[in-house]
Amino acid sequence: MSEAVLNVSSAATQLVEMSHQVESVDPFVSAFMVFVLAIFVGYHVVWNVTPALHTPLMSVTNAISSIIIVGAILASGPVEMSLATILGLVAVMLAAINIFGGFMLTQRMLAMFKKR
Amino acid sequence: MSANFVALAYLLASVLVILALKGLSSPASARRGNLYGMLGMGIAIVVTLQLSSVQNYVWIFVALGMGAAIGGSVARKIPMTHMPQLVAFMHSLVGLAAVLIAVSALYDPASYGISTHDGALAMASRIELFLGTFIGAITFTASLVAFAKLQGLVSGQPVVFAGQHLLNLLLGIIMIVSGIIFCVDQSWLAFLVMLGIALLLGVLLIIPIGGADMPVIVSMLNSYSGWAAAGIGFTLMNHMLIVAGALVGSSGAILSYIMCKAMNRSLFNVLLGGFGAEVGSSSNNAAQVDRPYKSGAAADAGFLLANARSVVIVPGYGLAVARAQHALKEMVESLMAKGVTVKFAIHPVAGRMPGHMNVLLAEADIPYDIVFEMDEINSEFADTDVALIIGANDVTNPAAKTDPSSPIYGMPILEVNRAQHVLVIKRSMAVGYAGLDNDLFYMDKTMMIFADAKKACEEIIQALD
Repeated sequence: MSEAVLNVSSAATQLVEMSHQVESVDPFVSAFMVFVLAIFVGYHVVWNVTPALHTPLMSVTNAISSIIIVGAILASGPVEMSLATILGLVAVMLAAINIFGGFMLTQRMLAMFKKR
Repeated sequence: MSANFVALAYLLASVLVILALKGLSSPASARRGNLYGMLGMGIAIVVTLQLSSVQNYVWIFVALGMGAAIGGSVARKIPMTHMPQLVAFMHSLVGLAAVLIAVSALYDPASYGISTHDGALAMASRIELFLGTFIGAITFTASLVAFAKLQGLVSGQPVVFAGQHLLNLLLGIIMIVSGIIFCVDQSWLAFLVMLGIALLLGVLLIIPIGGADMPVIVSMLNSYSGWAAAGIGFTLMNHMLIVAGALVGSSGAILSYIMCKAMNRSLFNVLLGGFGAEVGSSSNNAAQVDRPYKSGAAADAGFLLANARSVVIVPGYGLAVARAQHALKEMVESLMAKGVTVKFAIHPVAGRMPGHMNVLLAEADIPYDIVFEMDEINSEFADTDVALIIGANDVTNPAAKTDPSSPIYGMPILEVNRAQHVLVIKRSMAVGYAGLDNDLFYMDKTMMIFADAKKACEEIIQALD
């Protein structure tokens, strides 16, 4: 009898555990959701960009995709130098070229567009 | 700072980045949008720097400072005509940075917190690392080749050889197989083979594509650089990277689509390459047939322009090559002073990258509200007295509408042939990029002015005074 109760209770615990597993979403899935939704946002926002500004669009997206500097900073984070941190630091520099260059170039181009 | 706070800060940064793109819907809002973009990027960097795993401040700031100095000085000095190659070069930096981060993550997964307890990478992380690396590597070398072609370091001619596509396919398969081996056992050898082939593929995929198709390629690489960033975002499970990468990826994809449509080609057709080469050789014969055309001096053109009510100017890349933008601007001013209505008509593939011609005109202080896109202005040509074509060719060729046998048949064109008079400033009767003869030049209402664009504009200004 008590064994049966134990079995039932352990089965119940298992069920609860399973339901927890079902409820919590894998981080990859939530990241994938963000990814797909961001593509939709990008699609709609970019179709609204006036063709006259397609070159500034490209230079600003250059700066924006250099957001991988976040990954580069994480790679160069540890104080003790290793191949990993050195590669990270080089990546920080490359991405910084793009970020500063991209935004400044965009600003320079946009400043040229004047009305009559 | 808690993980939640960091995530919310990244969310704010993502929203600001979206606003930066949204601002580009008009020149009036674009500058503010760009400031939002800078702010968003700044927030993302500051939040990352204060994470507890980031301690190596001195070196990080050195790297940031060097990048800022290089990027800033390039951005200040680069001539606007060199924008396409600069953008291509910047794409290659994104690709290289993605590869470096991926190698670093594989070398020391712990600093990203993506290793499992035995120090290895989870299968999902390996797949993401594989994707991020090969997209980044292809972006890196492909953009370098595009840069070299645009900068004139190598010939813009397509490089084609027998079995090219088969070779690429074979390399692609080997790359994917070694990627799969890497995903299964995290072997460095498989990773490096995959990386090496991806770098090689980047070169091989771009060499068959001719100079005229570079606007599509630059847009496509823009897209790739975004996907590479998103791939690294998946590796690090960082939503900010994923959002920014996806935005850039879709932006570049849309630009490639617009460019392809403006040339009436499919992306697949562009990627297969060899366009300029084939057509160029077959049409040399056509150009040799003698057909009568009218030519005149710049003074004749000045007379015609001064007596017109409305003038539409169609600029092409030849204008920028001749550095004639400023002379053109003066010409436009003196025409406007005489009460002539002057407008500009821009074909989507004018220039060497999307929107390039608009920037070149803006640089010459030509106000953007007299510059119109093809769809806006095509209906106006019938009411236009003079269409003045400077340094453009294929985008005005009526054969695209009338001759089904023409290689550019179906390509949308600026319908200048519907104007009362057509003036074409061109150095010679030579064919354009598509290697085609242009029927427009032989029409009764067309007058050819054989001159350098800058000299012609200056002579027209003299004739107007």
